[in-house]
Amino acid sequence: MSTGIVDCGTCNLDSVFRAVQECGGTPTVLTTPAELPRMSRVILPGVGNFRHGMGQLRQRGFGEALREQIVDKEIPLLGICLGMQYLCTRSWESGETAGLDLVHGEVKRFQPDDPAVRVPHIGWNEVRFTGPCPLFEGIPDGSDFYFVHSYHFTDCAPGDTAARTDYAGGFVSAVSHGRVFGVQFHPEKSQKLGFKLLQNFLSM
Amino acid sequence: MLKVRVMPTLLFKNVGLVKGIGFDSWRRVGGVIQSMKVYNLRQVDEMVLLDISATLEGRRPDFQAVDEYADACFVPFTVGGGVRTVDDVKGLLQVGADKVALNTAAFESPELIRESADRFGVQCVVVSIDARRMPDGTYMAFTHAGTRPTGEAPATSARRVAALGAGEILLTSIERDGTMAGYDVELVRQVSSVVDVPVIASGGAGSYEHMYEAITAGGASAVAAASIFHFTEQTPREAKNFLRARGIPVRVD
Repeated sequence: MSTGIVDCGTCNLDSVFRAVQECGGTPTVLTTPAELPRMSRVILPGVGNFRHGMGQLRQRGFGEALREQIVDKEIPLLGICLGMQYLCTRSWESGETAGLDLVHGEVKRFQPDDPAVRVPHIGWNEVRFTGPCPLFEGIPDGSDFYFVHSYHFTDCAPGDTAARTDYAGGFVSAVSHGRVFGVQFHPEKSQKLGFKLLQNFLSM
Repeated sequence: MLKVRVMPTLLFKNVGLVKGIGFDSWRRVGGVIQSMKVYNLRQVDEMVLLDISATLEGRRPDFQAVDEYADACFVPFTVGGGVRTVDDVKGLLQVGADKVALNTAAFESPELIRESADRFGVQCVVVSIDARRMPDGTYMAFTHAGTRPTGEAPATSARRVAALGAGEILLTSIERDGTMAGYDVELVRQVSSVVDVPVIASGGAGSYEHMYEAITAGGASAVAAASIFHFTEQTPREAKNFLRARGIPVRVD
């Protein structure tokens, strides 16, 4: 019962790997889709640039494989930070780029009206649940999680929005669509409650 | 609401953690992992580890050591010191740093900022600006652990590096560092008012009140401190309780 961690070669997987271990899971780093069928759940982490990361994901063959071998088979998938953004229909970072289109929505840059609101959005901010989601079981509504990003998920179907966070007019900080989940914050860097969220995912 | 962050700075030199005064007179303050374990429990929001002798000694970052430290750190982890190339940045991210701080290299090879931001994202590029107040009252940015003047005002440097792709500025007052006499609030204000990326105030914290001033009058998004946590009974947790009581949004359990 392994938890696959998708490696698209653009970011450090170490902290996600260690967090999964801390939470009692058995992580396996996947550099190709070959081992996807063996996984009982998959985490899609990511930091960096959407266009570059998405290119790497497709080049390694994860584009179709994640849909066919994970999502269509209802195996749980969790995107973290840029990994959540990969789930979208399209992103506008470094020009229009198609996403995996697993959760309908677009990814756009923060454009705060107030000059005092800084971009990137870095630090701990409150996550407000918009409905019941198995990821958030046992976590108090409005808990602080760690964010670091300049782009955010938007135009998401209300039924797919799992949480919102108040920054630069507010944005979608978690999505869920069937067994596909995405969180814009970093549970692996959010101490106790972040680990609780990962434990919830690992017990799906 | 986004919380103001309180973060300890761990200064690493040769084989252990040190703390100095005005970038000099270094004292040993213990082991890195031991300190990190304590800070994990004290509700710090992030940790910053700077190898302050790497550039001066012409060394690259100690990737193996950072790998071990990252394993002990369960909050976002910024690492700096001796970073010269995109491969150094990549190497540090690979062993578990969440952000990499550039100081000397940010001035000597500014393209490194842009290359790193393009490849790894602006969110992991921190430019560390060390500044000194000059006799005429103006400020100047320094490199090489505060030993070489750049001829550039820190506000100018900040604007320049933010345009290149720095996602955050770690701003340290050289002469306040280690004095516990308070942050140079004017310096913080000059820099935070000209960039839209977050500015971390550093150098001089001696009380919770100092942190409050850096945030309110200085416009800092985060406060970094070392001596106050190493040499006094004051803790990050109490700092946050104090700030909260004064109306500053902070993260407390």
